[in-house]
Amino acid sequence: MSSFLQLRGIEKSFGAQRALCGIDLDLGEDELLVVLGPTGAGKTTLLRVIAGLETPDGGQLHMAGEEVGHWDPASRDVAFAFQNFALYPDWTVRRNLEFPLRAPGRQLGEGEIAERIAWAADLLHIDKLLDRPSVQLSGGEMQRVAIGRCIVRRPRLFLLDEPLTNLDAKLRESLRVELALLRRSLAIPMVYVTHDQAEALSMADRIAVLSEGTMLQVGTPESVYRNPSSPQVARQLGQPAINVFEVCSRGGQWWVEGGGSIGSTRAAEGTVSTIGIRPEDIAPHGGSGGGIVRAVEDAGSTWVLRVDWLGQSVHITADKERDYRPGTDIAPKVRTERIVEWRGSVLRDT
Amino acid sequence: MNFLALQGLAKTYPDGTEAVRGIDLSCAEGALTVLLGPSGCGKTTTLRMVAGLERPSEGKILLAGEDMAQWPPQRRDVGFVFQFYALYPHLTVRENIAFPLENMGVIARERARRVEEIADRLRLDHLLDRRPRHLSGGDQQRVALARAMVRRPKLYLMDEPLGTLDADLRLAMRELIRDQQLADSVTTLYVTHDQEEAMSLADQVVVMEGGAIRQRAAAAEIYARPADLFVAHFIGSPGMNFAQGQLENSVFRSGEFSLSLGNCTSEGNVTLGIRPEFVRLVDEGGLRGEIVLDEYQGACRYVHVQTACGRWVVRTEEAGARALGQRVGLDMRSERLCLFDGESGKRIE
Repeated sequence: MSSFLQLRGIEKSFGAQRALCGIDLDLGEDELLVVLGPTGAGKTTLLRVIAGLETPDGGQLHMAGEEVGHWDPASRDVAFAFQNFALYPDWTVRRNLEFPLRAPGRQLGEGEIAERIAWAADLLHIDKLLDRPSVQLSGGEMQRVAIGRCIVRRPRLFLLDEPLTNLDAKLRESLRVELALLRRSLAIPMVYVTHDQAEALSMADRIAVLSEGTMLQVGTPESVYRNPSSPQVARQLGQPAINVFEVCSRGGQWWVEGGGSIGSTRAAEGTVSTIGIRPEDIAPHGGSGGGIVRAVEDAGSTWVLRVDWLGQSVHITADKERDYRPGTDIAPKVRTERIVEWRGSVLRDT
Repeated sequence: MNFLALQGLAKTYPDGTEAVRGIDLSCAEGALTVLLGPSGCGKTTTLRMVAGLERPSEGKILLAGEDMAQWPPQRRDVGFVFQFYALYPHLTVRENIAFPLENMGVIARERARRVEEIADRLRLDHLLDRRPRHLSGGDQQRVALARAMVRRPKLYLMDEPLGTLDADLRLAMRELIRDQQLADSVTTLYVTHDQEEAMSLADQVVVMEGGAIRQRAAAAEIYARPADLFVAHFIGSPGMNFAQGQLENSVFRSGEFSLSLGNCTSEGNVTLGIRPEFVRLVDEGGLRGEIVLDEYQGACRYVHVQTACGRWVVRTEEAGARALGQRVGLDMRSERLCLFDGESGKRIE
């Protein structure tokens, strides 16, 4: 995969606040990269640096092999879709979509403009809305038009900043799927910023986990989910969150201090580690006991049990073939091969 | 058992808008009941009538047998938590929490004891002398919760209390609310538009739409046997799969696709519905379609299949991704099917 966008050692501070700390990142020609992180991680600053809306304090930015760090935003030919749809309310959808194509400097013929609008409207299922004033659109329709306005330009790079965040859950789910389907027919590289782990897992070719301006891990959704580089990364993906234990190896077993054994290990006797176990990798039955169900949550296709086990509160996903009640004793059993191990005691006070 | 009961409760505004259309609802003592629905369904108006912030046009609100529909808010023994924290900015956390006790005339020493106790339970003890503006959103909402709990009211009323919080904070706060509510067994009425939140918290879910109750049951029951198409669409993520067709001699037909349903007495136009986890990908037979999307979700994958009946979603725990464009069949677990009447949209038993 040849790389379209390359960031090397990007630094950005606002006063004493370091927003980006030496970011290295590559984006393939036809890749969708999701930048995942909580509020304040530096996600939006990163997008703004790529778009040319912020000048980095240091580092290099290459696009298609050219150093573009000093290019103005227009020359970079990047489209930027925001969380808050900025449409002109009194204009029709068509006029909103045409707007970027009629910008000074773009010499597009009327035929070309009409063709691009028809193409975008068809992809986004907004062809029936073209002559409606945008003030009359629903939230989901507005967001589709906002995305349409980005894609009609056929930019070299597409930047999306939490495009689904302000929508309600049902709409978010259906637009997530539409966006995933859309990008297959677009073939434009995309950087997609979100704090929503479900969006990141489902849409990304690769996920970049950002925290406090530092890139913690970059990899495919499956590799980051299965082999997170730290407990902090592990907690960012998966819902309910991964269970984390401080353990010590004794007699081929991991032992939780003051708790009991949790599963087998080949680590040398006396190794101290932090381990993570996903809720779906613990079965509620088949172990040696000691768990007490504290609360039962209905997650639709499964139960999520909150269990007091080994001296801590543990989330366990259970199928719905059985019923559970608070106060019930259970015997959790871990799928040992799925345990994620971080050598040494790396658990931070979070 | 029916600690809180709403009987024929209605709210019509002077302009004629019928926000709540005569609902009946009962809540067992100590249970957490969630009013769930899209905006404008009447859930918040209902809650505000129970709180005494709206005067009902008709109906009764019985708390422990007494009708309090015409009582002023301060006479109702309820603790209210709003979406927006509504803390007093000029008071410290300690003073904010103590405020309702002061109003009740609780003596200073007892006040201090109860504030400390609740602060300890909600892990606010280190924040007691700060002012709200120096707290994070999550901490502010914990203070609001403490203020509602400290009075030990007969009833908690919560209006989208997690609405403004970040995703991970929302989950932690959700668990905290449920733990405290379970520990104290205080009857709770909780409003949200988020079906996932409703399902995970509730002893009883009440789905509302257009000022009326569509269904009222435990979450698992609503999920497995939605009363009508509205509820079926609203509950579950990803949503239920649907196919419109005809039922004749216990056989469902939709275009080329047919499915034998054992013995079924209904006939005519119906909508068939099934949840993504009860559909299986097969090579031969079933509802035919083409794979258009494979979404990785960690614990499972959602495979999207374009069929003659629309785009269907299959939840699978298969390890590898499916190739896009692959032709597959969808096999359904017949005991998990739901059928809805083609005209009324009501579930056919």
